[in-house]
Amino acid sequence: MAAGHHHRLYLPGDTPVHRLPPECKLAAAVAFAIAVVATPRTALWAFAVYAALLAAVAAIARVPPGFLLRRMAIELPFVAFALALPFIGLGERVAVAGLSLSVEGLWAAWNILAKATLGVTASILLAATTEPHRILHGARRLRVPSLLVQIAMFMLRYLDVILDEMRRMRVARESRGFTARDLRAAPVLARSVGALFIRSYERGERVHLAMLSRGFTGTLPALDDRPVPPAAWAAALSLPAAAAVVAALARTLA
Amino acid sequence: MHVPDGFFTASVSIAAGVAAAGGVAVCLRGARRELDDRTAPMAGLVAAFVFAAQMLNFPVAAGTSGHLLGGALAAVLVGPYTAVLAVTVVLLIQALLFADGGLTALGVNIVLMAIVTAVVGWAVFRLVVRVLPRGRPAIVAGSFAGALVSVPASALVFTLLFWIGGTAPIEVGTVAAAMGGVHVLIGIGEGLITALTVSSVLAVRPDLVYGARSLATPLVLRTPDGATTTAEPSAPQAAPARPRRLAPFGLAALAVSLLLAGVVSFYASGDPDGLERVAEDHGLNAAEQEHNLGDSPLADYGVAGVENERLSVGLAGIIGVGVTVAVGGAVFYAARRRTTDESADAPDRAHA
Repeated sequence: MAAGHHHRLYLPGDTPVHRLPPECKLAAAVAFAIAVVATPRTALWAFAVYAALLAAVAAIARVPPGFLLRRMAIELPFVAFALALPFIGLGERVAVAGLSLSVEGLWAAWNILAKATLGVTASILLAATTEPHRILHGARRLRVPSLLVQIAMFMLRYLDVILDEMRRMRVARESRGFTARDLRAAPVLARSVGALFIRSYERGERVHLAMLSRGFTGTLPALDDRPVPPAAWAAALSLPAAAAVVAALARTLA
Repeated sequence: MHVPDGFFTASVSIAAGVAAAGGVAVCLRGARRELDDRTAPMAGLVAAFVFAAQMLNFPVAAGTSGHLLGGALAAVLVGPYTAVLAVTVVLLIQALLFADGGLTALGVNIVLMAIVTAVVGWAVFRLVVRVLPRGRPAIVAGSFAGALVSVPASALVFTLLFWIGGTAPIEVGTVAAAMGGVHVLIGIGEGLITALTVSSVLAVRPDLVYGARSLATPLVLRTPDGATTTAEPSAPQAAPARPRRLAPFGLAALAVSLLLAGVVSFYASGDPDGLERVAEDHGLNAAEQEHNLGDSPLADYGVAGVENERLSVGLAGIIGVGVTVAVGGAVFYAARRRTTDESADAPDRAHA
């Protein structure tokens, strides 16, 4: 059931971070994000420590900074929202370079930018050091409902197939002189979406029949369920543990 | 559109995670009843379809384009339970692999984009289909209305969550108006694309459209000597089970929203983070303004007595949910009536 296609999300490598079991890394990333979100925004030093921790992980995993920065573009829409907050926020206002900005808005903007950036970086590091299907295996071992994980695995397995179907339909449309200029193109595109749905659904039925003919009984066999050595857990959880100490300190000091 | 980390306080993020887990658990059971052991491959392929459909850009006017959210479309095409699962999995993959949407905000994102869009879209769809005369135009109109309403509904739930535990000091009324206004426009686009897509599927494979199962006509066998036999339709077998399915779903949703509104707002106000701290230090202009606006919890943050504050905020949340449930319940009741009507209609249809 391997996804097979390595998107540029995953950076192949053989570092200690790559070798950790996926469930440890997944748990660490989630716990780290919770610690970051629970930190009071006035504790500026805490966020510097978090950034340093992530930088250390990135260095160990040999993830180049350029890769991280390029993938961080995903949070740009919310950067725009955060930049608007100082102007539309309520409360006391302060004049900065001739602009009247809300103090609370500035704090809120900082809060969202800092926490979102740290969270996104943690997710990117997780995806860069773990193959997609192994992340899902890790989720299953963390007791995410197995049906949900199976659905996600099928999605991952057939995502490229479906995207290729879509690409072929686009090529077919454009080779017949179609260009989408305005709303009048919507019926044509909607018919493509409809066709894509029918093809996806029918493929799902065929996949199910193929599974039945190979002896599928309703549950997928669990693969590779070796227990995780405590050392791996300790190594992976050292990141969120450090973050939790920082968050606790920041909360008591604030 | 995906909420990142840091947008909501930790307590709201965790409560939304609990709510999302409850909703997804209900849908896992519901989808298993709809699809049996076909659930994993079918929902997986539908999820891949939703992911792909979200990538298709529809040009709106010169230079601007929009894309589908897909919750309502999936609900009409494959049924609400499977739709919630498919969109949830899309969000899960986006958060884990693409870093799109924060890990702690996953619960918020699932509630907003999977559960609210699919449930509201499906409820409005059922309502419209029930009101209009039976036929394909009703299905298409219902898809349009369902998708249109689902987008601003999701935006308003976002505003409600932000009101309970957002990290930015914005007036709730302003946010609601801005979010609602913008998202009605987006909703019109969503409705248009959804309706066109559903109508194109209806034209080719009407049997695949879950929302159009009521249009299925029983198979009639005619023999050369003129005798006709009506074969038992296989699809409507699920119909009698549906009214029962709504009850646990509704109860779970009610419990979860009460938990969210009561316990979390209780928590959020009793556990001031940086925002309230700064607000207190700076004389609370914002809170005083909002006192005039009404009984918002932000206003209550300014009250000195902690005990009163916690209680009143918790109560306000629960009352808010009560009102929402009353309105939503009316919609659901109407949608439910339709299914009982359908089973009552069935014998008539056999005669015709």
